[in-house]
Amino acid sequence: MSDTSHGVGGLSFDQSKRGLPAEAGVAIALVLIIVVFELLGRILMNDSFLFNTRENVDAIFNMARLEIIILQVSIIGIIALGVTQVIITGGIDLSSGSVVGMTAMIAMSFAQVGEINGLENTRAVFFDLGWVNLPVIIPVLVGLACGLLAGLINGLLIAYTKIPPFIATLGMMVSARGVAKWWTAGQPVSFPTGGYAAIGKGMMPVVIFVVLAILFYLILKYTVYGKHTYAIGSNEAAARMSGINVARHKVLVYTIAGLLAGIAAIVLSAKNLTAQAGMGVMYELDAIAMAVIGGISLAGGRGTILGTVLGALIFGVIISGFTFLRLDAYYQEMVKGAIIVGAVVLDQWRQSRAAARS
Amino acid sequence: MSSDLQTNISGAEAPKPQADPGEVILRTEGLTKHYGGVHALIDCNFEIRKGEHVAIMGDNGAGKSTFVRQITAVEQKTAGKIWFNGDYVEFDGPLAAREAGIETVFQTLALADHLDVPDNLFLGREKRLFNLGPFSILDYKAMREATMRGLEKTGVKIPNIRNTIQNMSGGQRQCVAIARTATFHSKLTIMDEPTAALGVQETAQVENIIRTLKEAGEPLILISHNMRQVMDLCDRIVVWRRGRICANLRKEETDGEDVVAYITGAKTQPEYEIAA
Repeated sequence: MSDTSHGVGGLSFDQSKRGLPAEAGVAIALVLIIVVFELLGRILMNDSFLFNTRENVDAIFNMARLEIIILQVSIIGIIALGVTQVIITGGIDLSSGSVVGMTAMIAMSFAQVGEINGLENTRAVFFDLGWVNLPVIIPVLVGLACGLLAGLINGLLIAYTKIPPFIATLGMMVSARGVAKWWTAGQPVSFPTGGYAAIGKGMMPVVIFVVLAILFYLILKYTVYGKHTYAIGSNEAAARMSGINVARHKVLVYTIAGLLAGIAAIVLSAKNLTAQAGMGVMYELDAIAMAVIGGISLAGGRGTILGTVLGALIFGVIISGFTFLRLDAYYQEMVKGAIIVGAVVLDQWRQSRAAARS
Repeated sequence: MSSDLQTNISGAEAPKPQADPGEVILRTEGLTKHYGGVHALIDCNFEIRKGEHVAIMGDNGAGKSTFVRQITAVEQKTAGKIWFNGDYVEFDGPLAAREAGIETVFQTLALADHLDVPDNLFLGREKRLFNLGPFSILDYKAMREATMRGLEKTGVKIPNIRNTIQNMSGGQRQCVAIARTATFHSKLTIMDEPTAALGVQETAQVENIIRTLKEAGEPLILISHNMRQVMDLCDRIVVWRRGRICANLRKEETDGEDVVAYITGAKTQPEYEIAA
């Protein structure tokens, strides 16, 4: 590292003490969890968790299981990409699950078909355009605008009224759920156009998640936006003294988080071919958990999108593993809770270790 | 001079200072700051000339750091006028002050713990490859090279500039904060108690950096409680008490005991008697 080292002064620093990045630990944890399920599967189920055991299928791995693992975390994973950025600034977003519900209802109501098998499809909301199916771009833009607006309101409240993020997004959580129920008086919205349904078809949610993950990984690593996001979470006062417009940047971060929740809502409603007011309940906590498990520090300033993706995969593996072992769903909840607490304890331990080292 | 600064200079309509600024780099007239009912800074007339090293001394709560926060626009002043480098200025934020050439080493250092040295040095003023607003691509290579030059200029020795601040000692952090001033060719450097939290060896290193600035003819405002340091490094001492300036002393014409008398209120210069 000759290009980065400078001087040989009396101030010493041992490079070897830096340790592995948090993501390496998360990746190791992911591998260990897979190994545990593999061993339990061999012992208890006489089956493999990871590998293909069917003779009529020519594959090393159980591809169907791998697809399910990533598919079931991809939608909450999209939300987690935004939540990650919020947490890096030292904030929190409790509203993303409700924003998903609200956005899904509103976007889907613009995506409904006019007729089903020659019969009139009862529109969930107000408009009757002679039963013309709207082009897919309309519900998509409406959905994006909904998510963006919710995030913008969150950001403005937090940045300019100085309300703690916990309170501001808690308010949005309740309000957005109210809007979701009010939009159709609690009725589900179903039967979207083929174009809209295609957004959630097959592995499309995974493709969207992966593309967004790569995009935001690069944005956080290589752009001014990313640098300022880390700086605010690391030391907000220093960021302000350095001339960063902290309020404006927070508005941008929360708006992007809202936009990503909007995208997740579009994908979710397209995948399920329906939208319901109760959609997305607890998604915000799952998204926060994915980020925390992935090494994003709740104290702010630390973590990467790669960590969140790995955290999402851990989530997916645990859910899939419990199903594989035929354990009841409530055990999943208990273990998820324990993992979240464990991840935060680990993060605190890492921070106190870093402080002691310096 | 940056466009930001130019927009903050009132041009022909700008108030004229009472005296010709000449070689004066910074001048304040009637600088005042109130926090509600608390009058933290009252009617401060201060000036520093090019190449001069001026110490600001005073008890805790005397108004020293408040004064720095007003001239660096970290806070907006309640009243008063500021001239910098011959121009009347109304900085709208710390970035405008930095771009004009006022670099500050704050008491808190103002460093982001989880960022490395180049990231901290260029925080708020990142070099960009493509300008796409907030999504502009960072020019890491240029920032690393400029960081090396800044470190060399101040004689700061950091074993690895890619280490994050949280992994550095107090002395190294202080050096990074000081190197930030050198990286941007500042016209005026302000250091707010730069050695308060440092050991003997690290203090000596920071003092060496200050001497380097003196040799280079760069003006400095040093806030310090360390009498030996002030007498060693500065040409002039301005004493603050209860938010007001109460003495303006040339180093050759005073001594430690005299300065302490002004700090504690036992003495006040006739022209500053209102502060007594």
